[in-house]
Amino acid sequence: MTQAELRLCSLLLQEHFGEIVEKVGNSLLRTGPRPLRLLVGDTGLLPDQVKKALCVLIQHNLVRYEVQPRGSVEYEARSERILRILRYPRYIYTAKTLYGDPGELLVEELLLHGHLSMSCAVARVADRLTETMEDGKTMDYSEVSSTFVRLADTHFIQRCPMVPESPRSAKAPPPPAPALAIAEKDMYAVPRLSLVGKGKRRHSCDEEEEGEHKAKRQKQEGGTSETPPDDGIYWQVNLERFHQHFRDQALVSAVASRMDQTSSEVVRTMLRMSEVTTASGASHTQPLSSNEIFRSLPAGYNIGKQVLDQYLALLADDPLEFVGKSGDSGGGTYTVKVTWGPRASWAPPSPLQNPSLIPLLLHRFGSRCARIFRLLLRKKHLEQKQVEDFAMIPAKEAKDMLYRMLSENLVSLQEIPKTPDHAPSRTFYLYTVNVMAAARMLLHRCYKSVANLMERRQHEMRENKRLLEKSQRVEAILASMQATGAEAAQLHEVEEMITGPERQQLETLKRNVNKIDASENQVDETIFVLESFIESTMKKP
Amino acid sequence: GRGRGRGRGQMTFNVEAVGIGKGDALPPPTLQPSPLFPALERRAAPLPGGEEGEYMLALKQELRRAMRGLPYFVKPGAPRRDIERYSDKYQLSSPVDSAIDWNPDWRRLPRELKIRVRRVERTAPLIPKQHVALDKEETIKKLESLEKKEEEVTSEEEEEKEEEEEGKEEEEEEYDEEEHEEETDYVLSYFDNGESFGPDSDDNGDEAVY
Repeated sequence: MTQAELRLCSLLLQEHFGEIVEKVGNSLLRTGPRPLRLLVGDTGLLPDQVKKALCVLIQHNLVRYEVQPRGSVEYEARSERILRILRYPRYIYTAKTLYGDPGELLVEELLLHGHLSMSCAVARVADRLTETMEDGKTMDYSEVSSTFVRLADTHFIQRCPMVPESPRSAKAPPPPAPALAIAEKDMYAVPRLSLVGKGKRRHSCDEEEEGEHKAKRQKQEGGTSETPPDDGIYWQVNLERFHQHFRDQALVSAVASRMDQTSSEVVRTMLRMSEVTTASGASHTQPLSSNEIFRSLPAGYNIGKQVLDQYLALLADDPLEFVGKSGDSGGGTYTVKVTWGPRASWAPPSPLQNPSLIPLLLHRFGSRCARIFRLLLRKKHLEQKQVEDFAMIPAKEAKDMLYRMLSENLVSLQEIPKTPDHAPSRTFYLYTVNVMAAARMLLHRCYKSVANLMERRQHEMRENKRLLEKSQRVEAILASMQATGAEAAQLHEVEEMITGPERQQLETLKRNVNKIDASENQVDETIFVLESFIESTMKKP
Repeated sequence: GRGRGRGRGQMTFNVEAVGIGKGDALPPPTLQPSPLFPALERRAAPLPGGEEGEYMLALKQELRRAMRGLPYFVKPGAPRRDIERYSDKYQLSSPVDSAIDWNPDWRRLPRELKIRVRRVERTAPLIPKQHVALDKEETIKKLESLEKKEEEVTSEEEEEKEEEEEGKEEEEEEYDEEEHEEETDYVLSYFDNGESFGPDSDDNGDEAVY
């Protein structure tokens, strides 16, 4: 784990779970897996606090535990999962675009709570949706349930590993920690529940009778602890599936920007057909025959079969190898290449941005550096002189840029000796791009950037803490006064408590914080592309 | 050659191959770590706006705020005061370090993590008093709901702020706690231990100070 990753994990834990959880997570990340008592000693916290923190971390899948042969339980932090916290908004937004509001809220609740049972999740979401509906209307459980089932069917959510059901013999002592496991076939099996009910609207506490009824109902609900029908079956968000979806989106938009809308639709259709059949680490989708593709095209696209075949041939011939031809049965079978090639991966997530990713990042160094970099990517190895010639940049500038990129590890020097004694005067020095090293370096930079952004944002909030508290107080007063129907003059008087310059300061603060947050989201998109690329390249046999 | 101090630093390879010509001035040696805020040579590209970006921004801020209110956000217990004060007995109980505010499925967790909460109030003698306590609790609830109609800025505002926020179920739990942990006839929030007395609490118009 690099320092940058550690720092970012630390900040994410602290922002979302508080300092105690951060300390525990930090200790696990820096020193590796350890048992409870060592953890307590390391962090200097109270044992109960550490236990609480561990419960929270395990609940959210950020820490896993393992029973050691000698009987102690060791806890290990999952750094890559902690970094995913940054991507939560993107997951939720994607769920919204695919499955609407119930989908969005289901994914949000699952992310907020780590894992939930189906009945619990459906109830919560129905309540939340009911709150936003007009008076008198409620959200029925069945609609939320059906969205849940659809999410499970398309693998966006999955079941958590379960506690083994083997009956414990009276003689053997219970194990210190359960060994959770789940079979592949059960992972997306939705239990047969008949969830009947409607969302409950929370009544405001002004109405006395409602308050009393609510308290009574609460007591009843607290008292009856009937086990729900799906007890022990918990669901979590399947992040890998979301990543697959993002990658598909990037692929489709790359095709669209390189060719045209129709070809991107063809690729999108192919990807959709192989959504659940493609294993997560595969480099190609399963072969699809062109007849199948023709049948699955969306209703709006009525292109002829021959036209489809032409498109498929074009896609297969393209040097970027989006689509490969794998056979001739059924009118020709085709697969989509779903790994990131070094050039294809630099395709932008949105079709509006034309320049590819790496040169975009190199805008920091200048557009000429970007030109040199793209040149080196294409030509693989070039001498100093050749770089100057091909890129049409004066020698002095080219030298300067190459050295700067060299010092940042974006390009590297390859020696090719002419003589066995490697004499420098008789050796070729070629500049080349080591794509993996460059990608790793950039990823490291991204982590650092996000950590810096978060620290700056927290700093801004701390600086203006007094002002923020004051404005919150004023808002609370205003809200309560409005609820009891105060006059406009009184309201105005209260508003005046915040002076003009203070208002401006608040505006500036809000603008800055928004900008920083948006930047964090933006950097996370880049992080996703780089991480996927590195992961898929490393998996190649 | 040995070239100590003779001519500019001689290297083992031919510097011309790398591009440093004869007589070119080399950059000065670096004597300190790079600056913390290096000068920005070119401005960053503007952030992509658009509906998607705006929505994700709102989501991000909403998530941050929501997570602070969930029981997973572990707050440290109240620091122990140096002198035990009379008011400590009547303070709204802050989260006890050893309490866990949510109910995890203990079957899924290692046994050593289970925290046994010792609630001081829940001792046996309390049970016979339960029906008497129930009446008290109903009156207290009535008093509280009446009191919520009056405008009190300091301690009420936190509860009202919570009411305004959507999706917070912790409010109900807090309500419960208030009923259970009171042993007095007095509403806890009426008690002012004098700590907020000072120059920055001018808007404490009708706070009861006994």
